[in-house]
This record gives sequence, structure tokens and C-alpha cells, in this order.
Amino acid sequence: MSRQFLFDGQPVPFEDGQTILQAAHAAGHYIPHLCWHPDFPPHGSCKLCIVKVGGRHVSSCALPAKEGMEVESNTPEINGERRALLQMLFVEGNHFCPSCEKSGNCQLQALAYDLEMLTPRFNHFFPDRPVDASHRDMLLDFNRCIFCELCVRASRDVDGKNVFALTGRGIHKHLAVNAESGRLADTDFAADDLAANICPVGVILHKRVGFAVTIGKRKYDAKPIHTVALEEGE
Amino acid sequence: MDNAARDARRPKLRVATTSLAGCFGCHMSLLDIDERLFDLVELVDFDRSPLTDIKHCGPCDIGLIEGGVCNAENVHVLREFRRNCKILVAVGACSVNGGLPAQRNHLDVGACLQQVYQYREGVAGAQIPSDPELPLLLDKVRPIHEVVRVDYFVPGCPPSGDALWKFLTDLISGRTPRLSHPMLHYD
Repeated sequence: MSRQFLFDGQPVPFEDGQTILQAAHAAGHYIPHLCWHPDFPPHGSCKLCIVKVGGRHVSSCALPAKEGMEVESNTPEINGERRALLQMLFVEGNHFCPSCEKSGNCQLQALAYDLEMLTPRFNHFFPDRPVDASHRDMLLDFNRCIFCELCVRASRDVDGKNVFALTGRGIHKHLAVNAESGRLADTDFAADDLAANICPVGVILHKRVGFAVTIGKRKYDAKPIHTVALEEGE
Repeated sequence: MDNAARDARRPKLRVATTSLAGCFGCHMSLLDIDERLFDLVELVDFDRSPLTDIKHCGPCDIGLIEGGVCNAENVHVLREFRRNCKILVAVGACSVNGGLPAQRNHLDVGACLQQVYQYREGVAGAQIPSDPELPLLLDKVRPIHEVVRVDYFVPGCPPSGDALWKFLTDLISGRTPRLSHPMLHYD
């Protein structure tokens, strides 16, 4: 008999080494996440995947499933906390969806829809984050960065190029380009790198293809992210 | 008493609307409810609104605010609405998060004005308008919840006519207004 834990009251089977998030997704239960990616080890920074296990908050992307765990995820309390995290992300950067090429394909936006975020609630920071359009094929719009480090990890661990890094601490943390000049054009970054195609939001964009897909046909237009993610194994 | 008779006896709700730093796109969206406008005017009377041309807001049940707060006049109008409306609603991206006008927020206001009125090609010798009738710009464009308390938010650029209809009919009939996929969108 396979081992199992309880996810929002439903039995979910798991294999040794599977995290709560992996086992839940395999069983058809979506857990919201931004910094987690199926091809990378857990990062545990965005905290969208928090669940309650035995009354404690844990990152479900990082915690291995255990026999008999009682996991709470899709509850008003946890979803309220997730919504607050999203609201903080929205006011900390400049997320102006109507002019963003990623709109409709953006995980941050799709999660905010899914968690019914109607207002950013907090006061906006309106930070000044100039874009980097120096590269021939790619554009960097730092206004939308959520510090998930997926580009950093992809460039370092898969592409072997180390193009990106997070630098600074606390509110001064920001994405940096690893070149003497700080410009993307002065790196060996290429449009077919994994790092060029992994950004969950609208920071790393391909030039000359913006708004190619009409409204209504974009990734999260027809179905919400909790459906799309499970269908596509994300 | 049947429902029709009960509805006829119920006093109409009073609704005010305005556009602050907005493009009137959200008002256009309200008109996009099309023939349901006839149903709406059975349920509500309009107070101050671009639809009535009434200049000041009296006591109202619902105030719909389009646009963010970009100048001193916007602040006065918004406060007038808050004082007079039992329920204040932020309608559209600009009132919810500042929207397009807020894209100037990382620029210096003075430099913006100079660029537009003085340094642009073909405007040699021009000055920044300084008529005292003109409201002064704020240093940053703010969403309305950063200036007054807001009861409900309807995001979208603009929210669709269907979304506004769903929101208003929920609100008017005493249900908790709820917009879910795909009526909830930010673009």
C-alpha cells in the first residue's frame, strides 16, 4: 500500500523524496508558486507555496512529504496570506499590466487573478528602475522583477554563462547583469538560452514579438493558472 | 406583495461618477452595458456624473471613481465623493494602481513640464502654463486608496461592460460583489 498524507482533507499518495508540492501536483491539487520550477531544485524564496502542516507554516516546495501529514493549502487563511504576498510584490515594483508584453502570459498576474487580488492595498513604492535595451534580441525591464532567481539559476546551472545575479540586500536588492558595464549587450547572453525563456513575469523579453498573440488567446486567458499549470506540469 | 411591486416601492439608489486622472475609457465601458442601461436607470438615479453634467456631488449611495489622483483638483473631487458617498468604488486600473498616468512617477514633474511645453520641437519661446485656474500637479500620481478610504475595487483597463454590470447588480441587490475569471483582469 502506497504511503499518503492528507491535503485539504483529501488523501494524496507520495513517493520517497517527493516534496508536498510535487506530490500534490501529481495528484491534481495545485499549489500557487512563483520561484518554484519543475526542472530546478526548490528555492523557497517567494513563499507563495506556503501551506500549514500541523499548525506550522512551511514552504511546500521544499518540505518532503511524510506519512500522515495534515496539510492545509486552499483555505481562506492561507490564500489571504498569499494574496498579501502578491500585493507586496505588486507595490514594490512597477507592474503596469496594460502596457506589459507579458500580460496574459504572466504567472504573477495569473496568480493575482486566481487569488482574487482586487487591489494592491499598500502604498506604491514607484521605484526608478531603468530598462536595459542594449542587447540585439532581448530586452530587460527590471520594473517587473520579483527576485525568483530563475534566470540566475538557469544561466548559471544550465546555460553555464552566469549572466545574471541578485545584488544588494533588503529593499535595495535588485537583478544585475554580470558584465563590467552592467549592460546585457556586453555578455554572451543569447535568445535561445534557457535563462532567456524562463522568466515568470515580464522582465526578460524577446524583442520584435511583443503583443503577437491577441487578447483571448494568451496562456491564461481561457483558463485560470490552477488549471493551466496542472495541464502543463508547471 | 409581488417582486415588481416591491421593487417599485423601493427608493432608487443615488449614484455619482467621475473621472480624475483617467481617459473616460471606464465611463465608455459603463455605456457598453448597452440596453442594460434601461434596467440600470430603473434602479438608480445619477447625481454628479459626466452623464448628467451636475458639477458637485450631493449625498449618494454609490460613488464610482475612474482615474488616479494626479493634481490638486483630483484630491478635492475625490474627497467630495468620499464625504458624500456611502460606498466608494475604485473603477479601472488608474484608480486602482495609478495606471498609465503613474508612468511619469519616476520622472521629475518640473522636467516633465519643461519637456512637454518648452523643449519640444516647434515650441520655441513657449512657457509652462501658470494660469491660477489650472490645478497644480502632484509630484506623483497616486491610486485613490492612497488618498481616501475605498470600499470596493474593480480592476481592468477598462473593466468590461459585463464586469461593471455584474459588480453593480451584485452591489445594488445586496450581494457581495465578486468578479472571477475571466471578468477579473488587469489589462
